[in-house]
Amino acid sequence: MTATQEPTAGAEIGRDRRRKEDQRLITGRTRWTDNITLPGMLHLAMVRSPFPHARITGIDTEAARSATNVVAVLTGADLGEGQGACINAWPVVTDQVTPAHLPMPTDRVAFAGETVAVVVARSAAEARDAAELVEVDYEELPAALDLKEAAENTVLAHPDLGTNVSAVWRFDSAEAGTGGDVEQAIAEARENGIVIEREYRQQRLIPAFMEPRSVVVDPTGEQITVWSATQVPHILRFAMAATTGVPESKIRVIAPDVGGGFGGKLQQTPEEMIAFAVARKLGKPVKFTETRSESLLTAHHGRDQWQRLTLAATKDGHVTGLKVDLLADLGAYVAIVGGGVPVLGAFMFNAIYKFPAYQFQTTNVLTNKTWTDAYRGAGRPEATFAIERLMDELATELGKDPLEVREMNWIKHEEFPFTTVAGLEYDSGNYEAATARAKEMFGYDELRAEQAERRARGDKVQLGLGVSTFTEMCGLAPSRVLGSLNYGAGGWEHAEVRMLATGKVEIVTGASAHGQGHETAFSQIAADRLGVPFEDIEVLHGDTQISHKGLDTYGSRSLVVGGEALVRALDKVIEKARPVAAHLLEASADDLEFSGGRFTVKGTDQGMAITEIATAVFAAHNLPDGMEPSLDSEATYDPVNFNYPHGTHLCAVEVDTETGQVKLRKYVCCDDIGVVINPLIVSGQVHGGLVQGIAQALWEEAVYDENGTLVTGSFVDYLLPTAADTISFEIDHTTSPATTNSLGTKGVGEAGTIASTPAVVNAVVDAVRHLGVSDITMPCTPERVWRAIADGSSGGATTEAAMPHFDETEGGVQ
Amino acid sequence: MIPAAFEYVAPASVEEALAALAEHGDDAKIIAGGQSLLPVLRMRLNAPEWVIDLGRIDSLRGVRDGGDHLAIGAMTTHHDVGQDPLVHEHALLVSKAITHLADAQVRHRGTFGGALAHADPAGDLGAPALALDATFVVQGPGGTREVAAADFFVDLFETAISDDEILVEVCLPKRAGWGASYEKFVRIAHQWPIVAVAATVRMEGDTIAEARIGLTNMGSTPVRARATEQMLAGQPATEEGVAAAAALAADGTTPPSDLNGDADYRRHLATVLTRRAVLAAAGRS
Amino acid sequence: MTRISLNVDGQQVADDVEPRMLLVQYLREKLGKTGTVVGCDTSSCGACTVHLDGRSVKSCNVLAVQADGSEVTTIEGLAGDDGQLHRVQEAFRECHGLQCGFCTPGMIMQTVDLLNENPSPSEEAIRLGLEGNLCRCTGYHNIVRAVQHAAGTTDATEGAPA
Repeated sequence: MTATQEPTAGAEIGRDRRRKEDQRLITGRTRWTDNITLPGMLHLAMVRSPFPHARITGIDTEAARSATNVVAVLTGADLGEGQGACINAWPVVTDQVTPAHLPMPTDRVAFAGETVAVVVARSAAEARDAAELVEVDYEELPAALDLKEAAENTVLAHPDLGTNVSAVWRFDSAEAGTGGDVEQAIAEARENGIVIEREYRQQRLIPAFMEPRSVVVDPTGEQITVWSATQVPHILRFAMAATTGVPESKIRVIAPDVGGGFGGKLQQTPEEMIAFAVARKLGKPVKFTETRSESLLTAHHGRDQWQRLTLAATKDGHVTGLKVDLLADLGAYVAIVGGGVPVLGAFMFNAIYKFPAYQFQTTNVLTNKTWTDAYRGAGRPEATFAIERLMDELATELGKDPLEVREMNWIKHEEFPFTTVAGLEYDSGNYEAATARAKEMFGYDELRAEQAERRARGDKVQLGLGVSTFTEMCGLAPSRVLGSLNYGAGGWEHAEVRMLATGKVEIVTGASAHGQGHETAFSQIAADRLGVPFEDIEVLHGDTQISHKGLDTYGSRSLVVGGEALVRALDKVIEKARPVAAHLLEASADDLEFSGGRFTVKGTDQGMAITEIATAVFAAHNLPDGMEPSLDSEATYDPVNFNYPHGTHLCAVEVDTETGQVKLRKYVCCDDIGVVINPLIVSGQVHGGLVQGIAQALWEEAVYDENGTLVTGSFVDYLLPTAADTISFEIDHTTSPATTNSLGTKGVGEAGTIASTPAVVNAVVDAVRHLGVSDITMPCTPERVWRAIADGSSGGATTEAAMPHFDETEGGVQ
Repeated sequence: MIPAAFEYVAPASVEEALAALAEHGDDAKIIAGGQSLLPVLRMRLNAPEWVIDLGRIDSLRGVRDGGDHLAIGAMTTHHDVGQDPLVHEHALLVSKAITHLADAQVRHRGTFGGALAHADPAGDLGAPALALDATFVVQGPGGTREVAAADFFVDLFETAISDDEILVEVCLPKRAGWGASYEKFVRIAHQWPIVAVAATVRMEGDTIAEARIGLTNMGSTPVRARATEQMLAGQPATEEGVAAAAALAADGTTPPSDLNGDADYRRHLATVLTRRAVLAAAGRS
Repeated sequence: MTRISLNVDGQQVADDVEPRMLLVQYLREKLGKTGTVVGCDTSSCGACTVHLDGRSVKSCNVLAVQADGSEVTTIEGLAGDDGQLHRVQEAFRECHGLQCGFCTPGMIMQTVDLLNENPSPSEEAIRLGLEGNLCRCTGYHNIVRAVQHAAGTTDATEGAPA
């Protein structure tokens, strides 16, 4: 086991600081976008298509226009080129088929919920009232709804494109020179080994951040100011400028307090573009805040893949090859990084293992459903699920313990750095240590004994144990790698440090927090580096006029990329201060030491605090000749590699074999995320990630009916777990510092989500495997579990109808 | 999010409310606690011209001892009914069902009568009311009339209350000493039940003297598991005996198929939950 | 328009409102009490929870006119006049019971109600008591710790990693 991190006395890094952000959040003094009110502000309501695929043959806006306090009713044609376009930043192949994506289409809608007209009124209620009066004539077109059928081009989602296949992206280790020939490995295993062939479903999920998206656009003044509940203010500004012709310098995007994202707010949305266009056209500030129903229907969805998997192994359980063939549902459009999500998974199916041969192929398919894009983990949960389910299947085939089979195949700690069959270089890790710690916390052997006892007794409630040993690539991303993958931008991050005259310090970061606690963690980093009090540091972010440069927050990148940029900017401040200190202390710069926020002359008690130097530089009365009177510094950091956190997750569930109900009994994880800046924040990231991953395993599923209507269109039917459905977790860490950044940190934002889904499903299957079950489709609903027990199937499809609690119009509501 | 515009009146008496109902008729909706109505209005699934609020009628609140029965005012909140010691003593099944009804905030605001009048077959109060042979007191222009629970629930969201009437009170025959259990099956806690079973039994020693069982969400209205009740009467409360009777629980039911389960799964659940509810009510689990 | 008069966070207020106006809209739009937020349209999420005459309710599921004559307490009225945080607010910060903070006002208001009714709840009672409040960030673990901390039933740092 590698060294457990012990915070040194007085050091900020490693300390469980309470968050700076919380004071405003717990007292209701938060600034959400929807809180913003401007003089003369107008409100928008969207008129949305009820059909998944239809030609727009007429829009009658007359009645709406004449409704009370309505200012305008606008269609895509009315907005013209001013509406810009929704961009795809990652054409995964050079000949990708990418449908044009107008924020408000003029001729044809491609999914139910797409906006066809916008009503502008003096109040939100009046806008909504008038939206009901807009008459749209549609000519319904056949809709491509089922992913597998769509891949066969039976019905075209966009008839003019001639195909639903947007891209086929492939990696083959033999072709890439990173490994052997997978077909040969499979052929050999068929002759003289083990071949596991499975097909798994990654159901469609909805990120379901708690704050519905909201946008305010103020076109008055020299810059057009856009407030948006977004994870990506910098990317949004770029996309607005690039597609509308408005100079980037004339657009200021502000992400104020943002209520969660999980990838779901990593988007340039039609609603933002429509609000931008309407404000420009009318010259008045406008606001649009979506309802929850609109959010579930139109904010991008995640996952939605079929995974065909072939694993080859020797008879003793050494994996010799893995072949992955994906179908990925992009929905109606290729979202900003939508096509790239399965590609992000391409490097992770081999996970922590030493597979000699590997092949990955994804077929990205357009359908007439809500577009998909990143959702916490983005490609990596899908990959981790597949391989961790397969490793359990292999263990079953061998009659071995699932952890034993994993250990036979994983990279040993002394083998790091290790170049994988997918071509990535893992810098550090220790799977043995994390697994040993997790097993100890879990009481693995005792629970196995209880499981055996319950099975022997034929208990109606069976115990199942699930394992997931995951790694992920995060800290997106080295720009050169992104370039080689045809991504449209880089992966660097920017930071700036301002030394104020009063001794305070402002940190500006290009990362854009929406719940992560950057204000606290970045303050801790700066406090240690500069030796100034934690309380004297202010972190500024999420406003393109303040943070002029940045690539925002997603892919567990803020700390490992943005944090490193900050470290470099801080070091520049210290180096700028050194000659000033030497000058003022009348010493040679070489004789100065910097520690605890002070420059001291070696061997003397003479010294000066960096904050005093900042004041002196502000006054600029007595500086070295020719020195620019500023300590302020910035740095832009482009990571040299991805970042590879890992961990071992163990889950125990109880399955009521009579009803199929699954109850969480115990969940333990030991993650290695390198050096921890703030263990309290890390614990929160892990817990929250776990529940999102567990929710995919057990509860959440976006379901469409045969008419292309989203039937899980409210929180009544899209089932987010509550406190009463979840349990307390036991988490711990081992520490293998990252070798590719100064702080030794690794990303943690997605770890829990990536790891937990297969741990839970493996546990559920483990509980009932002796009853003839080898798979259960996610989410493992009680009905599916019950059916699997009854007939050995994986549980069947979800019935595409909701309970009718709210759609009663004539009954006896009292 | 925002309901369509409506006119609002908050009468101070049942008579005034009936007058408002008579005046606005089909264009009006009655709001009690509003916990089911307001989401309907906010999603604009309904847009009444008038909303008549019963919230100011104090006489409709409270639990009254009516001698051989308890009279629960239609506007008494779930929370208040759930906390009421008389209800706990004489209609334990109702107390048990309310424990699981929606969530705390909804229980603070939602009303006993409102929920029953809404007649959602997945609502938690219908099956207990049916099992307990509740009597529904409705008031109209011609005075009050009583409707037996068996006649009250007509169809999905439809009751025996006429358009010109208001539910004012629900009477529950006293059943002190009866054991009770409400077995609610959900995927997540704040869901409406996929299936629930309301069971209350009177024990004589180890024998089930009488059992009353209502099923939630096993058809377009709450239903009684009569065959099971009959088979249990006079039986010892053994696991095997109860299971045999519970196996009949879904007979004749027509449960829905939806996201949460198909009809056959619900029928299966009904039998399992009935066994568990009866055994729990009999103090055997 | 209907005239309503009520007491919000200790302040007597009166306004003419459309009957269709929800209490949460009244708080946010008329009174500028934007600490209370709207997270859904089916009264599922609880983000809008306030106290109405001393009991927790979902303010998106109450009409402003229904609150006429009532006392309303929002997250903004919870701390003392001197800015002294309520112990539940303090506990959420202490135990990292929030991340993005959007569910937090409702979560705190429901917790206050829960502890008013049951000052020493078990973990199960806490979890059931918060079933009407959705959080997408915390996985509820540290929210449960925060409630326990406020109730004085556990050490705040329990469950935090070493």
